[in-house]
Amino acid sequence: MAHRWEMIIDLDRCTGCEACVVACHAENNIATVSPKEAARGRTMHWIHVERSWEGEYPNIRVRFQPVLCQQCDAAPCEPVCPTYASYHNAEGLNAQVYNRCIGTRYCANACPYTARLFNWFNPVWDKPLNLQFNPDVSIREVGVMEKCTFCNQRITVAEIHASAENRELKDGEVTPACVQSCPSGAMVFGDLNDPNSQVSRLTRLPRGTKLLGELGTSPKITYLERESSHGAE
Amino acid sequence: MEPNSVPQNSVVDQEAERIREDLLRPLFQTTWRFYTGVSVLVAIGLAGMAAFIYQTYAGMGVAGISRPVFWAFYITNFVFWIGISHAGTLISAILRLVNATWRRPVTRCAEAITVFALIIGGQFPIIHLGRPWLFFWLIPYPNERHIWPNFRSPLLWDFLAITTYITGSVTFLLLPIIPDWATVRDRATGCRKRIYRVLALGWQGTPREWHRLETAMHIMTIVIIPVAVSVHTIVSWDFAMALVPGWHSTVFGPYFVVGAIFSGIAALIVAMALLRKFLHLEEYLKPIHFENLGKLLLLFSLLWVYFVFAERLTVWYGNETSEMAAFWSIQRGKFAFLFWTMVSCNFIIPFPILAIKQLRTITGTVIASCTVVIGMWLERFLIVVPPLEQKYLPYDWGSYRPTWVEITIMIGTAAGMILFYVLFVKVVPIISMWELKGGEHTETVPAEAPVVVGGRGSGLENTLPSTNS
Repeated sequence: MAHRWEMIIDLDRCTGCEACVVACHAENNIATVSPKEAARGRTMHWIHVERSWEGEYPNIRVRFQPVLCQQCDAAPCEPVCPTYASYHNAEGLNAQVYNRCIGTRYCANACPYTARLFNWFNPVWDKPLNLQFNPDVSIREVGVMEKCTFCNQRITVAEIHASAENRELKDGEVTPACVQSCPSGAMVFGDLNDPNSQVSRLTRLPRGTKLLGELGTSPKITYLERESSHGAE
Repeated sequence: MEPNSVPQNSVVDQEAERIREDLLRPLFQTTWRFYTGVSVLVAIGLAGMAAFIYQTYAGMGVAGISRPVFWAFYITNFVFWIGISHAGTLISAILRLVNATWRRPVTRCAEAITVFALIIGGQFPIIHLGRPWLFFWLIPYPNERHIWPNFRSPLLWDFLAITTYITGSVTFLLLPIIPDWATVRDRATGCRKRIYRVLALGWQGTPREWHRLETAMHIMTIVIIPVAVSVHTIVSWDFAMALVPGWHSTVFGPYFVVGAIFSGIAALIVAMALLRKFLHLEEYLKPIHFENLGKLLLLFSLLWVYFVFAERLTVWYGNETSEMAAFWSIQRGKFAFLFWTMVSCNFIIPFPILAIKQLRTITGTVIASCTVVIGMWLERFLIVVPPLEQKYLPYDWGSYRPTWVEITIMIGTAAGMILFYVLFVKVVPIISMWELKGGEHTETVPAEAPVVVGGRGSGLENTLPSTNS
């Protein structure tokens, strides 16, 4: 059965601890940048936690929202790429073929979520991070785009294991690094084509929203809005 | 064979000889000013090239762009130069088509701007690539990777449009040069003669050749107009196709075409004024030419204002949240100064100069053209950068500031443009001699040519009815 991967992010549970950001860096061999470059907006976080305030002082409360590539079904980044570096893979994920990318950066402009990141320089890692590369993920060179892959390497490994054992993937068998590391369990990942999966049940909640859903990009990430999202009581 | 063998007894022939002398002088006489100018331009061009090599070596990060402004100076310059390229081919084609006789001294300098602006503009998409050494992956050719480029991408349309346009413009420029190169060949000696013999493609001036040239020019004139219009429309689609507030607009196609012709005319007027001054072409590029082009510039200034107004008003009236951020940053935010400078340069200053007959002199039109060129560069910048700074999600907003790398490359390529033009003027008579000579007679000059053909290489000399252009 074909999979339709979906991620649920429960904003009621997110504490803004940014463990997902760190886990993502470690899993995906994401380069670190100097403070100077970071100040210029050149951090390479595939996932970043956005902080905003709701309500009026003194009755305010903070809202954390992890933002990553939304893996859109109708992804604006895909048709604009002249070399098919950005393409829709068989499972409906927005894949990025680094070796095919020539760095027009058109996809990054077209993405309404600004989820795509460009390698402004050849990647570097602060010591000792240079000793903990993930062998399943390729290193990207200067001049190519990169972005969240939904930890495609983990999906592939799990699928290989399942097919070797001649069985279907079980719900929860695939967990991207961010989901795995979330201490409050705010993130859930699974197959929407499996009606009994946890994500299938969670997407049916009335709290589910899509980021910039009005643009018609059909993201594969559902945010569960906070129970009382109209400011603090 | 020797041009001087043509009888010198008639006034017409003397006049024709004088024209040839005037127009061929830059080819045969080189002053210290030429060498100085070329050296300076080469130096600036090399500085730009060094900056590009540095950028390629160190990484794109040495440019000022960063997330979320992934396109900035390079794309601005790309659109600007492609716009300037509409000087020539389109203006010259339209003037040829309506058979405006005053166009004759103007067409070649216009068409040359097209070709060189395209060469310069076409470099920017490569300069701006993250991995410029792989630019040829945009070319659809059968390859060992078994991958075609993505024909859905506006960048690919762009690539195809610009290669088509440059092929067409080069043809359009070179076709009418052939008879003039034949004239140069007949007058030159030594090595130069051999070079021009190759360039002249064995032109003899026979009626058959004239007829073919005329037919080819008719075809090219008609073909090049839709090509030129489509090129800048496709350039505008690089922006309009993307889901970026401030870019995603249906008006962009015609708006860009009008802006391109507008900046093209301005560049042409400036180039003509410089040629007139440095090559002493006062008798050929007359006030009437500046006056007529000035009127054309006036028309396009009004059209430009109309498009800006139409584009801005609909955005403002629609008042969509995502659109308004970039709208207000241009209208009264950090880009307001640039916006109003642009409006001043493109309308407020040139309009009175061009509208009042007494001011529509050579000096007047040149001042107006200079402001228009600056204004149109600003327009491209304001189209590219502010919408990218403020897309949908406020926490992803950013800002852009160019670095010395981008500025050096920009100045270097501009110097390259001028350098190409200066060198071109050195090898080609910048005013089409045979068209000028045929000009005031009738449009069927070539057909009449055989009647008085004297012999090999002298067909030209015999097609000179009058020269009181």
